[in-house]
Amino acid sequence: MPAADFLPRSRLSSLFDLLKQRGYLLIGPQAVDGAILYRPLQHPEQLPNGIEQIQQPGQYRLIRTDNPRQFSWANGPQALKPLTFAPRETLWHSELNADGSLSFHEEIASPDPTAVIGVRGCDLAALALQDRHFADDPYYQKRRASLLLIAVDCAHPADTCFCASTGDGPDAKAGYDLALSELDEGFLLRVGSAAGQTLINALPLETATEQHRQQAETQQQQACQQQRQLPEFEPARLIHQGQHPAWEAVADACLSCGNCTSVCPSCFCFSESEVPELDGTASSHQRQWDSCFSEGHSYIHGHRFRPDTKGRYRQWLTHKFGSWVEQYGRSGCTGCGRCISWCPVGIDPLEVLTQLGREDKE
Amino acid sequence: MSNPALPTEALILNRIQETDDIFTLQLKLTDPEQQWRLGIQPGQFNMLYRFGVGEIPISFKAISEDDQRQPVLEHTIRAVGRVSRALAALEPGERIGLRGPFGRGWPLQQAEGQDLCVVTGGLGCAPAVSIIEHAFANRERYGHIHIIQGVKHSADLLWRSRYEYWAQQPNTTVLMAADVAAPGWPWYSGRVTELLKRLPLKPEQTLVCCCGPEPMMQASAEQLIRQQVPAEAIWLSMERNMQCASGHCGHCQFGADFICRDGPVMPYPRLRDRLGLEGI
Repeated sequence: MPAADFLPRSRLSSLFDLLKQRGYLLIGPQAVDGAILYRPLQHPEQLPNGIEQIQQPGQYRLIRTDNPRQFSWANGPQALKPLTFAPRETLWHSELNADGSLSFHEEIASPDPTAVIGVRGCDLAALALQDRHFADDPYYQKRRASLLLIAVDCAHPADTCFCASTGDGPDAKAGYDLALSELDEGFLLRVGSAAGQTLINALPLETATEQHRQQAETQQQQACQQQRQLPEFEPARLIHQGQHPAWEAVADACLSCGNCTSVCPSCFCFSESEVPELDGTASSHQRQWDSCFSEGHSYIHGHRFRPDTKGRYRQWLTHKFGSWVEQYGRSGCTGCGRCISWCPVGIDPLEVLTQLGREDKE
Repeated sequence: MSNPALPTEALILNRIQETDDIFTLQLKLTDPEQQWRLGIQPGQFNMLYRFGVGEIPISFKAISEDDQRQPVLEHTIRAVGRVSRALAALEPGERIGLRGPFGRGWPLQQAEGQDLCVVTGGLGCAPAVSIIEHAFANRERYGHIHIIQGVKHSADLLWRSRYEYWAQQPNTTVLMAADVAAPGWPWYSGRVTELLKRLPLKPEQTLVCCCGPEPMMQASAEQLIRQQVPAEAIWLSMERNMQCASGHCGHCQFGADFICRDGPVMPYPRLRDRLGLEGI
């Protein structure tokens, strides 16, 4: 007799109630301002009911349908990144005392326990990358420790998605506490951690039918048939292909706006800055997301190593797909496709990589 | 271990104007529990913080002593940007913030028993002075000491009396070069790489410490390799934008390496195929 692992859609609110009862703040996907955003959530009716989406290079549109599902979209501009790596935060304060001495006080946020519902496989993989990058960063780790992650397998990849070819989706592979596979009548559940197991134990579950299991399997197989795939290229060679004509062409189109790095779930660069109080007695030292497309990123006493867009685009792509492999043992890309959809001019990095990979074969 | 992002207070004991825009700060850490930071090694760096303005990475120059024979931390800075100009305006008695030490320094232990060859260009001499001072303070551990310093203009030469002092020490060679030499410059006029050819090197037992502009370091390393110095015996001190100093903020990446954490001192073979690449 298989364990009970099916939550009828009508009982989804019991998961919400259980999480609230256990003291979690709830965050989940909602259709806001024409996009799917992770926002504080109270009940399942706030989920994006029947919302589907069209994503193309430089395009992101939500469509309302009579589909009964709540997770039939791929992703929104945010991954989990803002929850663990704050877009802007204060690291410490300094005070100039009356006797001329300076004192320093650290400020590390300790967020309340937070359950995130509707996490995608690509974003879990990117979170795992950031977990490693920020392993000894107390600011990141405090936020990270507050999260309970409830994944939902992606059954509706967008045309920009290529997570199947990076090996990070469309189903949630690892790093979740609980994972849901959404069917028309409800959700198939799998446990990923001890915390997830205690949730399962307290939910009014049924036993999934064989038909449910087959539906889930078929749906995952279909979701894997994505239009885009990571092309073949040699990661270690990218950095040495700096003179390839592909860079020139992409730099002509690129606005150097940094949208791609903002929406990228693994991009980790930040800049530090000082915010002094007007009375001159105190100052806050902050960090905020930076981008290798910014003018200041490569600045060093009067010199910029990457003065033009070509150099900056090349830095982004060669780091993400090349140097990252050397740094963390795998590519920094998890195939979410956000950089393609949210690029205002519709640049597709996979096309650039295809050209670079072609040179390898010649 | 304390939060590496949080500075501690340092008191400016003395401020020495070295040239028009280069100055040295002599610092004392005011918190007794922070004195472990004085264990900074040649080639490592600290983040210096000017209240209300910001932080910059500055390489370690030396530990000296004050009147009470207490250790004093020295940093030499060129006033060239927003923060360094603000630091330049400070007077003795004022306070700054300091965090560090960060990064990997010169391979001091590996160099023991060998000849040392210190090749520097411009203000690159500041981080290298730390290893020269260390070698003279522990003279018996090292063989011959070669000191080669190049400057763009002869007027840029720092610590001239120090170089003249070293030149008089036994078992020591000091060679100086200026690309542009004013009248009265007693040393070579031209490039550092030309001077290297004149060195009486024992290539199989020499460790090279090189610090300066990247084209100069690359040219020097290749010249020394032509003189039979093994590539793995050549160490370079690299420089990039550093903000967090902990390998997180991403600015100092040089290919896959985070210069603040994996460097700033790195073996030449690690850098060789990336030096000189545009935009790295």
